[in-house]
Amino acid sequence: MTRIGVVTFPGSLDDADALRAVRIAGAEPVALWHGDADLHSVDAVILPGGFSYGDYLRAGAIARFAPVMEQIVDAANGGMPVLGICNGFQVLCEVHLLPGALTRNSHLHFRCRPQALQLTNAGTAWTNAYDEGQRIVIPVKNIDGCYVGDPQTLDALEAEGRVVARYVDGSPNGSQRDIAAVTNEAGNVVGMMPHPEHAVEALTGASTDGLGVFTSVLAHLSTGAPT
Amino acid sequence: MARVIVDVMLKPEILDPQGEAVTNALPRLGVTGVSSVRIGKRIEIEFGDGSDPQADLDAARQIADKLLANPVIEDFTVRVEELESA
Repeated sequence: MTRIGVVTFPGSLDDADALRAVRIAGAEPVALWHGDADLHSVDAVILPGGFSYGDYLRAGAIARFAPVMEQIVDAANGGMPVLGICNGFQVLCEVHLLPGALTRNSHLHFRCRPQALQLTNAGTAWTNAYDEGQRIVIPVKNIDGCYVGDPQTLDALEAEGRVVARYVDGSPNGSQRDIAAVTNEAGNVVGMMPHPEHAVEALTGASTDGLGVFTSVLAHLSTGAPT
Repeated sequence: MARVIVDVMLKPEILDPQGEAVTNALPRLGVTGVSSVRIGKRIEIEFGDGSDPQADLDAARQIADKLLANPVIEDFTVRVEELESA
């Protein structure tokens, strides 16, 4: 069975929901610890939401130096699928696996609500279950969710199709060009600010639109992609 | 002992919503004529003996570059602060 790891940092909040989403998608969830020096033979890794190390200094800045991150960076550069959700997205930017940075919401308010997105790249390891241009609704909940980058970086991301999702019907945080999710050049590393792991069951989610993120990586790995 | 001061500021092109919030609050204090406020961080790093200020400065620069500032959105400066010896 495909093994998908979820890292718990001090201050992670959504690790349990991410593990649960992995199980519902049909994979074996594997809890990884920030101090682990190995990845326990997982096939993919998720960095969950929360406030790692209290978000002291900057969101994700200290988590970047956790022992497990060295293994994850090496694996990601080798092609292993890595997904960062919310705080995990911030960590992936801080560790330079993804370009840009996440800063304080432009209106300074925490936002927690169902959010409409348009999927603009259905070719990544984490979005292949969706149709290009598909509209989905999943929760967003952040205070440091404003995606920023210099104009050249943003132009390059758009030209290379590396904007994975955009906010539609209003941005929750003032992100430049309404960017909600981006990927690396190879398409195996994805960072997204909204929370697909909170939208995998009708009982609790605004929708079940988030489940496709987790089934996508299973489909990706079943094609013999690197782990 | 040597103290090195690191100042971290958002790059000019990056929006500073905290600074804007402060700017917008100033008229309530009766202060007018302020066109911009930008907020950064000041970090004080103390080194053991201070016998080699240049080495301390280099170390502080490395700390700032790797951890204290995110070069994607922030600039930093480092300087040695002279302290009176005890």
